[in-house]
Amino acid sequence: MSLLLERVTKSYREPGGKPIPVLGIERFAMNQGEQVALIGSSGGGKTTLLNIISGILTPNSGRVVVDNTDLATKPEVVRDRFRAAKIGIVFQTFNLLPAFSALENVLLGMSFSGRSVDKPFAIQLLERVGLGHRLHHAPQKLSVGEQQRVAVARSLANKPVLLLADEPTANVDLANQQLILDLIRDTCRDHNVTLLMVTHSADVAGAFTRIENLKDFNRPERCLQGQSA
Amino acid sequence: MNLFKIAWKSLKQRRLASGLTALNIALGVMLMVLVLVIFGAVDSAFTQRSIAYDLIVGPKGSDLQLVLSAVYRMQPPIENLPYLYLEQLRKDPRVVSAVPLAFGDVTEEGSFPIVGTTPEYFENDYMQGRSFKIRGSRVNGLLDTIIGHEVARKNGWDFGSTFTIVHGGAESGHVHDEKFTVVAVLAPTGTANDRTVFLNIEGFYAIAGHSKPIPEYEKRLRDFYAGDPERLAAAMSQLEAAKKIEAEDAVAGHDEHHHHATPDAMKEVTAILVKTRPDTPFDSFSLMSELKTGYQAMAVNPIIPIQKLVAGMLGNIQKALLTLIAVIILVSGVGIFVSIYNSMSDRRREIGIMRALGAGRVHVFSIILAESTLLCVCGGLVGWIVGHGLAVFSAPWLIERTGLLIDPWAVNPWEATLFPVLLGLAALVGFLPAMTAYRTNVADALSS
Repeated sequence: MSLLLERVTKSYREPGGKPIPVLGIERFAMNQGEQVALIGSSGGGKTTLLNIISGILTPNSGRVVVDNTDLATKPEVVRDRFRAAKIGIVFQTFNLLPAFSALENVLLGMSFSGRSVDKPFAIQLLERVGLGHRLHHAPQKLSVGEQQRVAVARSLANKPVLLLADEPTANVDLANQQLILDLIRDTCRDHNVTLLMVTHSADVAGAFTRIENLKDFNRPERCLQGQSA
Repeated sequence: MNLFKIAWKSLKQRRLASGLTALNIALGVMLMVLVLVIFGAVDSAFTQRSIAYDLIVGPKGSDLQLVLSAVYRMQPPIENLPYLYLEQLRKDPRVVSAVPLAFGDVTEEGSFPIVGTTPEYFENDYMQGRSFKIRGSRVNGLLDTIIGHEVARKNGWDFGSTFTIVHGGAESGHVHDEKFTVVAVLAPTGTANDRTVFLNIEGFYAIAGHSKPIPEYEKRLRDFYAGDPERLAAAMSQLEAAKKIEAEDAVAGHDEHHHHATPDAMKEVTAILVKTRPDTPFDSFSLMSELKTGYQAMAVNPIIPIQKLVAGMLGNIQKALLTLIAVIILVSGVGIFVSIYNSMSDRRREIGIMRALGAGRVHVFSIILAESTLLCVCGGLVGWIVGHGLAVFSAPWLIERTGLLIDPWAVNPWEATLFPVLLGLAALVGFLPAMTAYRTNVADALSS
């Protein structure tokens, strides 16, 4: 099992102190190398779910097991290191750092993992996404599609076991959408990386054999039940 | 990619703000270096390297005035000593060299002091390890002079220039009739020698009006040798001989310009520069203590009174300037704080991205501290190099104008504290922005 969420709840507090339930997931699991499209309405908790899976946030209760490690019980410093080493993230807005070149953005992802920086592998990844000729270009000198390809390369820099993609094609043109989608899916398949991709696009979701709608397995009210119990 | 490389990239991204902030620090450090270089030159000019003699012997009075007049020629002489005492000192086995100085007059043009001395003065080092470099011919005639570099420059004099001197200081208005000739010019020394006109001491005695009536010499010798009847008797017999010659001249009708060699009993010196045996440092102490009890003379270590003066006066100015510069550097530090702190709100997302990529809180904290460290250290390094560079470029000009011998690359001990202080400043001004980075909420930063 690559990813397992059990009895996960998450709520935020309003400024007045009243809790706003966001997540209440009884069970959600993915096998190693599996690819899942996660759909759901805006404000439905998709980003919160990704943040919990990546260890950026901790749930109020429940287990979040990634590669046999329950992140929910680990301190932040361990989760940070685990995220750097085992989880790749592709953001909707690419989130490349403007001060660094394409290659440096990929190397930066490696720097925080605690392992030595593997420059040849970073170059290989960028060549794989078709940017071998753009290694030293700053992000702002790249097209939108190229920027997202750099982000994909960066997310795979530490050879993760799990890749979380948050609407990676939402900000790219139609021509690039399929290209990036194929790139992410093919690369994950080649490296046996589990892929959980959040999308609003029916076309994108249609490419996956397993499509999950968050509202089908998320019962935020469980949050409140858990709290009252 | 290490923290400093990441920090450097971030600074480059904001190159204008970063450059201006580092420039602030650079300017502060540059000023500090310049102040230290100049004060270093002043310090060495006035203290340990200022003179290569162990003692200055002069009439009893103020230590400081004796040093200021004999070494720096900044004060009028206190009184005079009998020339016979110079002879006595020369015979002392503890004394390696005793060089007389006779002064009190100044040039009519520029009011530079006139010092009568012997060729030995130029054979000895003027500072420890530095000997005179003289351009020109030897002093032969009684009215031949060697002039200091500053005298030549200010008055536009060179070999063959002639000039007159004023008796007893410029304000007396009594110009001697003699015309003196420049036969040699000293290379710059960075000392009072640059502002001095030297003539043979015999020439100094030969100047009309420099001799006193014999009874006055008699009185002075009696006062001076009051405790030493043997030497007093010898001095008196010399004086008797001089009286006879004077009486014969009066009978023969010679005027006062008819020149005989001045008898030693009628010569006086204003100060005597003494070198004692180098391998026996107690010689100078024993001479000093001997003079304290006997005669009407005193011997002073030329360094001590000046060190006291420099420490008391220039030391405070230096402290005030360094405090001012420390405030400038501190203000520059506040500039770094403002620059980094202001950038934090723009960089919230950037920090969120790094955290999402796996950077820990300590990582981002360290990156911000590395930025303030780079700004302080690079700014400081640039300031240090530019400061010394400016000193290199301005040294010839300053030497020309002030006579100070500036060593532009001399590193003052204070400079050793510079980089530790800058590192401390970097930690201080970087701490709050670094804490802001440390506390950044990743989820909020990414959604901002």
